[in-house]
Amino acid sequence: MNISVFLSSVEQGLVYAIMALGVYLTFRILDFPDLTVDGSFPLGAAVAAKLIYSGWNPVVAIILALLAGILAGTLTGILNTKLKITGLLSGILTMTALYSINLRIMGRANISLLGKNKIFNLLTSLGISEKASTFIFFFVVVLIVKLLIDWFLKTELGLALRATGDNKQMVRSLGVNTDLTVILGLGLSNGLVALAGALVAQHQGFTDVKMGIGMIIIGLASVIIGEAIVRNKTIKWATLGVVLGSVIYRLVITIALRMRLNPNDLKLITAILVIGALGAPAIKEQFSFKRLQGGAK
Amino acid sequence: MLKVIGGVKVFNKGTINEKVALRGVNLEMDKGEFITVIGSNGAGKSTLLNVIAGNLILDQGQVIVDDKDLTNKSDHQRANLISRVFQDPLQGTAASMTIAENLVLALKRGSRLGLGIGVKAARRKKFQEALSILNLGLEDRLDDKVGLLSGGQRQALTLIMATLQKPKVLLLDEHTAALDPKTAQNIIEITQKLVKRHELTTLMVTHDLDHAIELGTRTIMMNNGNIILDVKGEEREGMTIDDLLDKFTKVSGHRLTNDRILLAQ
Repeated sequence: MNISVFLSSVEQGLVYAIMALGVYLTFRILDFPDLTVDGSFPLGAAVAAKLIYSGWNPVVAIILALLAGILAGTLTGILNTKLKITGLLSGILTMTALYSINLRIMGRANISLLGKNKIFNLLTSLGISEKASTFIFFFVVVLIVKLLIDWFLKTELGLALRATGDNKQMVRSLGVNTDLTVILGLGLSNGLVALAGALVAQHQGFTDVKMGIGMIIIGLASVIIGEAIVRNKTIKWATLGVVLGSVIYRLVITIALRMRLNPNDLKLITAILVIGALGAPAIKEQFSFKRLQGGAK
Repeated sequence: MLKVIGGVKVFNKGTINEKVALRGVNLEMDKGEFITVIGSNGAGKSTLLNVIAGNLILDQGQVIVDDKDLTNKSDHQRANLISRVFQDPLQGTAASMTIAENLVLALKRGSRLGLGIGVKAARRKKFQEALSILNLGLEDRLDDKVGLLSGGQRQALTLIMATLQKPKVLLLDEHTAALDPKTAQNIIEITQKLVKRHELTTLMVTHDLDHAIELGTRTIMMNNGNIILDVKGEEREGMTIDDLLDKFTKVSGHRLTNDRILLAQ
């Protein structure tokens, strides 16, 4: 792997890290398995692509994409807390609805952004090459998002959000309306996911309505890889782990593809990776239980 | 201070499993009173606490605290007036968060949460002060995760959390039942200390008849969804467990042994 391929994978890892940080918020902090992600990621991409294609300023397009994601997460939260639909199903319902909505927004199944003004070209006016400008842009954006999450989870509201994922009854008895914290968490998470979608659309130069398939699993894989390399569970280390996890995931995928792996098998491999990581504790336990039984004979 | 008027609660109404948990319970508590509640399993003690705390809503009747009608308010809406310690020590704290972070949420009980940093230097000082009366050394462990603490330590922390913002009414739901005897005794002593220091109006459900008559200023006994015995003042002073059991027999018409209450756990 030469240096430019390496850098471009790292760059991709950084873009997707924003999505993975969103998944971390729901999956780990809120303890909510949120499948909205598969719909809110292309939603962000669709909103940004449509607006940029129509000649809007990329910055405005990205902000509107972020807001659209927040709205999608809020909807899932309302389905779950107010209509009492289970978390998993709430996410699936929003995701399914979003498929049609994304098609409506784009007006067709895909939009190409070739030759359009993109947000990470902002620095080129300073005389920086397009390649460097792109890399610096994503590095800075990810850093800002990570630091914002670290800060937010230390605020009073952030503490209530964390406690909601840990012990709902306790926070309720302390006067926190957990319906609102769940909605807030889902809104923030999907806002980040849509932001990532908007950036990915510009980074790869096109948007496809199917680009969200399996996104939640990629997010989970990044979170899990991050936890494996950064053992410290403090928030600031955990979020760093998620970013690293996302970058490592992309590097592994790049290497796999260069070893002539069939790209169609990528999702299968990612799923197996996540199953392995999530199932490892149970497998370990059964194994040691059998050994204990054997030892007693 | 606290009034429950004609409280009725029925579970599984209209089904074969219908169970009347409260049959028109009336209870009036004065400011500063410390009531202990006893009764066998299914007598309605926990239901009474649940309707006061708002985890359950009464089918009929009213719950009033400080002239405010709370009957239809949900648990988090009552949190500024009522705090509660559960039987399970794991229930009152968030394990993945630090002691200080848990205390921040307790400090903000019932008030708006903002975007300011939760664990501030001034607050740390306040927390250390509050924790120091436990004599458990928790004041030096503010940044330890609560999951690292023992059941007794967690229950002690929960008590501090329940009293950090002085509540109008403190509810203790068999809060020593899940602990070993020595730890339970320790928690009881801490409870007494805190109730005295903050002059708390307290309602404590207990399965321990010794605690029921030794602690507090008034004892009520529940049976089959009713309050069947209510003693305080002179009548209560000098009362022994046997007196209490005799009284129960007289009022309810059947015997209740000490063991039965204990085993009902």
